[in-house]
Amino acid sequence: MSKIVKQEMMGMNGDTACAYAVKQCNPEVVAAYPITPQTIIVEVFSEYVANGEVTTEFIPVESEHSAMSTSIGAAAAGARAYTASASQGLALMYEMLYIASGLRLPIVMTCVNRALSAPINIHGDHSDAMGARDSGWLQLYCENSQEAYDTIIQAWRIAEHKDVLLPVMVNIDGFILSHTLENVSVIPDDAVKKFIGEKKIPVVKKPNGELTPYILHPDYPASIGAIDLQDYYFEHKRQQAEAMNNALKVIKEIGEEYGELTGRTYGLIDPYMMDDAEIAIIVMGSTAGTAKYVADLMRNKGVKAGVLRVRSFRPFPRDDIVKALKNIKACAVLDRSMSFGSYGGPLFTEIRSSFCYECDKPIIVNYYYGLGGRDAPPNLLDNVFNELKNIAETGKTGEEIRYLGLREGEKDAVNYKAELVSFKDLNTGKIGGK
Amino acid sequence: MSEEKSWREIPMGGLTWLHSVEYKTGEWRSFRPVVDHDKCTRCMQCVIYCPDIAIKYKPDVNMIEIILDHCKGCGVCAEECPVHAITMVKEKE
Repeated sequence: MSKIVKQEMMGMNGDTACAYAVKQCNPEVVAAYPITPQTIIVEVFSEYVANGEVTTEFIPVESEHSAMSTSIGAAAAGARAYTASASQGLALMYEMLYIASGLRLPIVMTCVNRALSAPINIHGDHSDAMGARDSGWLQLYCENSQEAYDTIIQAWRIAEHKDVLLPVMVNIDGFILSHTLENVSVIPDDAVKKFIGEKKIPVVKKPNGELTPYILHPDYPASIGAIDLQDYYFEHKRQQAEAMNNALKVIKEIGEEYGELTGRTYGLIDPYMMDDAEIAIIVMGSTAGTAKYVADLMRNKGVKAGVLRVRSFRPFPRDDIVKALKNIKACAVLDRSMSFGSYGGPLFTEIRSSFCYECDKPIIVNYYYGLGGRDAPPNLLDNVFNELKNIAETGKTGEEIRYLGLREGEKDAVNYKAELVSFKDLNTGKIGGK
Repeated sequence: MSEEKSWREIPMGGLTWLHSVEYKTGEWRSFRPVVDHDKCTRCMQCVIYCPDIAIKYKPDVNMIEIILDHCKGCGVCAEECPVHAITMVKEKE
């Protein structure tokens, strides 16, 4: 393929890679509030604004709730709007996330994945994005900074596609990607401009057959976000479900088109050595890179190990995942967030239910790992492959829900438990005190 | 609401395209303001207070007019009228 565009290698961390991609996309509005570990995106982008390298209206808002509100207003008026957040910031955006998707506004956001308080923790896990998994946003999880850069550029095309028209959240692991220097191949500004193209405004048909643009525009009076009760709300939600389903096809198409331009093709899933694999790790985000490295080591030892990275969690590529895993004997789903009280993590429950009606299904176990930025080094993933090997050989599943890299301690230790006392006992010094 | 349409037949996102004046929101009303034009001093307090901009002063006839298509019967005008020229009566009367 000679169509591949000339590229330049730059040393960038994940945040800078996102900011650089946004600079090249030059959206009309960026509204953001800084929060660790997303801060660098906002800092770097505000420098681009100050240097006149973009024509973006940069709005340093007073909170993340306002950041998303501003993005919604801008997008409703026909602008390309970008924001970025993490953890508590994303949590503060929560109600506005649903409004962005419900109003079908193609906003692009980077979520630099970080644990949620309490206890307070600034490091990477997927709890923040998983809290927003049902908000109607597309969620793409990146393995490295290169993919973060590439995905931001693709995100506009996916979000603004006429069959989708939904906001896109590009997820990168906090610190592991956001603050780690990496070689990133960047494509020229004009190639980005050409790829994302001019912003188009959706035109919809009224029930009487007349056309009307979906925009807040003085020449086309309309209300966006009017009340919608028992009679029509359900129908509008069904439309969102349809748009999400359409996104499955669109993410693939745009990923392939981007591949023709850059030589880097993206899809819904990223299978690694899966063709003849017998055991596999299924994971999202940066840990996939470590898992691929460990799979290579296992292959050197003659073990048929593979890795299936899920890039698109929303929409969930059920068919692709089932197809990729159909010849696997045993696999481990790694979840970097907890859905407290559920039977397994969010990725695990969804992958397992995907196999509910399949005749050939692998043994699937779940590992919680990396919460609060806890390291997932090669030796831990090596343990996972070894345990999978054992499960595949014996056919014995053992514990289905497991914890990776957690200190289990002595079984009879009870310090994590509490006893209750009355205020009277406190006041009379029964348990010490001053 | 006329015949209810399916999800395939309506525009996305709950878009509504009429000017808000064209939506008759007065249907919710259970009490209706009635103006006693003899008592009314044309002080315009009701015009200012009406949260729905449903009261207009008509200079050609020098009178207050309540636009019942948009009045929701909240009663703020009757409460604020300094000369008690507005009374709320049951919608059905």
